[in-house]
Amino acid sequence: MNLTLKIWRQKDSKSKGQMVDYKVTDISEHMSFLEMMDVLNEQLINTGEEPVAFDHDCREGICGMCSMYINGEAHGPDRGVTTCQLHMRMFNDGDTIYIEPFRAKAFPVIKDLVVDRTSFERIQQAGAFISVNTSGNTQDANAIPISKHDADEAMDAAACIGCGACVASCKNSSAMLFVGAKVSQYALLPQGKIEATDRVLNMVAQMDAEGFGNCTNTGACEIECPKGISLENIARMNREYLKASF
Amino acid sequence: MATLDSKIPKGPLKDKWTTYKDTINLVNPANKRNIDIIVVGTGLAGGSASATLAELGYNVKAFAYQDSPRRAHSIAAQGGINAAKNYQGDGDSFYRLFYDTVKGGDYRSREANVYRLAEVSANIIDQCVAQGVPFARDYGGLLDNRSFGGVLVSRTFYAKGQTGQQLLLGAYSAMNRQIARGKIEMFNRHEMLDVVKVDGKARGIIARNLITGELERHSAHAVVIATGGYGNVYFLSTNAMGSNATAAWKIHKKGAFFANPCYTQIHPTCIPRSGDYQSKLTLMSESLRNDGRIWVPKKMEDVMAIREGRKKPTDLSEDERDYYLERRYPAFGNLVPRDVASRAAKERCDAGYGVNATGEAVYLDFKSAIERYGREQAKLHHISNPSEKEVYDLGKGIVEAKYGNLFQMYEKIVDENPYETPMMIYPATHYTMGGVWVDYNLMTTVDGLYCIGEANFSDHGANRLGASALMQGLADGYFVLPYTIGDYLANDIRTGKIPTDTKEFDEVEKEVKDRLDFFINNKGKHSVDYYHKKLGKIMWDKVGMARNAKGLTEAMAEIKALREDFWKNVKVTGALNEMNPELEKAGRVADFLELGELFAKDALMREESCGGHFREESTELDGLQKGEAKRNDKDFAFVAAWEYKGEPADAVLHKEELEFKDIELKQRSYK
Repeated sequence: MNLTLKIWRQKDSKSKGQMVDYKVTDISEHMSFLEMMDVLNEQLINTGEEPVAFDHDCREGICGMCSMYINGEAHGPDRGVTTCQLHMRMFNDGDTIYIEPFRAKAFPVIKDLVVDRTSFERIQQAGAFISVNTSGNTQDANAIPISKHDADEAMDAAACIGCGACVASCKNSSAMLFVGAKVSQYALLPQGKIEATDRVLNMVAQMDAEGFGNCTNTGACEIECPKGISLENIARMNREYLKASF
Repeated sequence: MATLDSKIPKGPLKDKWTTYKDTINLVNPANKRNIDIIVVGTGLAGGSASATLAELGYNVKAFAYQDSPRRAHSIAAQGGINAAKNYQGDGDSFYRLFYDTVKGGDYRSREANVYRLAEVSANIIDQCVAQGVPFARDYGGLLDNRSFGGVLVSRTFYAKGQTGQQLLLGAYSAMNRQIARGKIEMFNRHEMLDVVKVDGKARGIIARNLITGELERHSAHAVVIATGGYGNVYFLSTNAMGSNATAAWKIHKKGAFFANPCYTQIHPTCIPRSGDYQSKLTLMSESLRNDGRIWVPKKMEDVMAIREGRKKPTDLSEDERDYYLERRYPAFGNLVPRDVASRAAKERCDAGYGVNATGEAVYLDFKSAIERYGREQAKLHHISNPSEKEVYDLGKGIVEAKYGNLFQMYEKIVDENPYETPMMIYPATHYTMGGVWVDYNLMTTVDGLYCIGEANFSDHGANRLGASALMQGLADGYFVLPYTIGDYLANDIRTGKIPTDTKEFDEVEKEVKDRLDFFINNKGKHSVDYYHKKLGKIMWDKVGMARNAKGLTEAMAEIKALREDFWKNVKVTGALNEMNPELEKAGRVADFLELGELFAKDALMREESCGGHFREESTELDGLQKGEAKRNDKDFAFVAAWEYKGEPADAVLHKEELEFKDIELKQRSYK
């Protein structure tokens, strides 16, 4: 198929960006979206233009690196996938596709489609860990049984890949699905309980300091999340936060 | 010249690690505060090492080329992690894990390292659970286990199909705790471009800030390389696109020997390539072979009919199908180890029986599993005389519960429903067993320069069993390196800060800068990917699963010619002092163009078949094993460690003879 791409180009964080039109031809429906971008970049290099910078790495939907706003949706029109798993069969010959970086105050653009998500890093450093020595002198792993239900729920929360689609999809640029998922994982496990109060207070404080907005229960984050992280995690974080506040 | 001293402690295998730990030098906690360590790479090995070294009190500087340690490719590992816990009471022990690993590696790994790995494996699980890793649990609340190829016990711990992700996030959380405490200084979006030696010791690195393009000097008392494998030398592989060999290759050029470069695992169950635009390959978990039957059509006319769309695989009756693994290996059938399954698929496709347009695919069929489970379920549900549809629906439910996420992933990529029509699979490059040579302390042939995880060579021999890569990464980082590095650093407590304004740093920074300048100013004809794809094709065709002397000799010449053309005609867009992904790629592909040639040279030297490396000249000619790979213990039971001498073709071979005192070397048979 032949496509028209309208892509956000921005030299660096200080420059002003703009949408630029490109044409790509002979795109196979079997290509992934990023392979289509590779084709475009090869074409740009061959004509002496600078290729479009975009973040990507594992290309199997798990590293969380790829991030693009495609036709007004984080990771594009398919459900439950990252951009690298989005296939061109979702598009039609002759389509015009809008490609933009994830938009949020806390995700400043570095170049073209690449944004800075280190605000997520700082939130994690504010308490997304269990304070255990890494010396290997821990007790036997089966010493504290954990119900299968709790372990499974903790796993579902822990499946978050930190891509930031939740933030990009939220009209308030809220990071509460991301933070809620991490708070939930530890809240559900006996090992994480002792520090629960500090964890949720510190992580929420850092989230606010980074400039993420609040949650107004629209639910766009859950719909756009490539890993199906549930809104229940936000509710659990709120409960943990209330408990910690009194 | 450096000599190969493996520094394996004396004494019985079982006591080596304990005795070693009891007798090495320690660094006083107050002195640890004055010692800096650089860790390059923050996957399972680098992340766990950074966290633990910081916990011990050292000042750690950690470097990741990504925006976060959580993106390291360890995150993509699916199946699980082995540990000799014997929770199942099925007879597992340190010795058995050790034995399975050495045998699975075709007797080309170092006994002492592997035994230590087996010993610390149980600790890893305890550590990760304490960190909040949500491993699968049974209904009694205890940890669940499953079995993996090549072993007879259930010792694999797992977190759904995302074990690597959860273990990495565990190490990442431990890192975050240390970053918050200020004990780890984290350098995201930085790439190490060379190592700096002072008086023969590794004392720092030159890194490029990938956002601003600036070159930075960082000094330390020791440098640890934990940058993973080099499978992307094939261009198409299951590795992340950014996985590269640069750090490992740069230290090789500065004196670290490179061991067994030709040992690369080809994984049998990947989604086949669909066209020339393809950027990478996707692995489907090996666990699928527990229930899937692998076949190709018996008759060539059926192959053609399928390729041309005139027939569907489901149109072929049982006796029109060639279940070639069951035919050739009746004892193990579809569950033969990865190397055997991969070679057999290639053999059928080379003979023309591949079932997709490129001729590089075989079927992995779940029809009989769905039927078998369906009949079993019908009995359990007291349904007498179930209809075919009832059987199918019940069976499908079971298969879905076991492999649903993998089936969904397949359907997303291939756009075919694998419950209705068999999956297509083909082998792909996955994990590299070769890597930087290290001694028992995980130190390279350069003083103060360490290498851990997939980037080193030591534990997996010529083949890697499932669920053992995660184990080695975490063992090295959490439990081995933190001890061994102290023994070395104990001599450094009076050294003080290492200055970076010295001639050694000047020189290496200039080398790095000249190379980057060259790329930007070259204004050649071809893109970096153009060269990478060409290299990948040579590697796959001539240095892939089956190799012969003629092909390998040709490959060496072709890679050399390609490399020369690269340095004349490569085109890199953009500028030096900005984010420039093309420039990053250019440096990495330049390194692959050298490594690829050494890889072929190593394969040419190794005139035996072992692990996944089938040397066509070394085949069993008769008997039960006729046509199978033939290992040669008499002449090749050694580690090939290459010393850099300029051109890869001039590399000098050093041999570390492997001793097997506790294990009898046997032919692997799966007949």
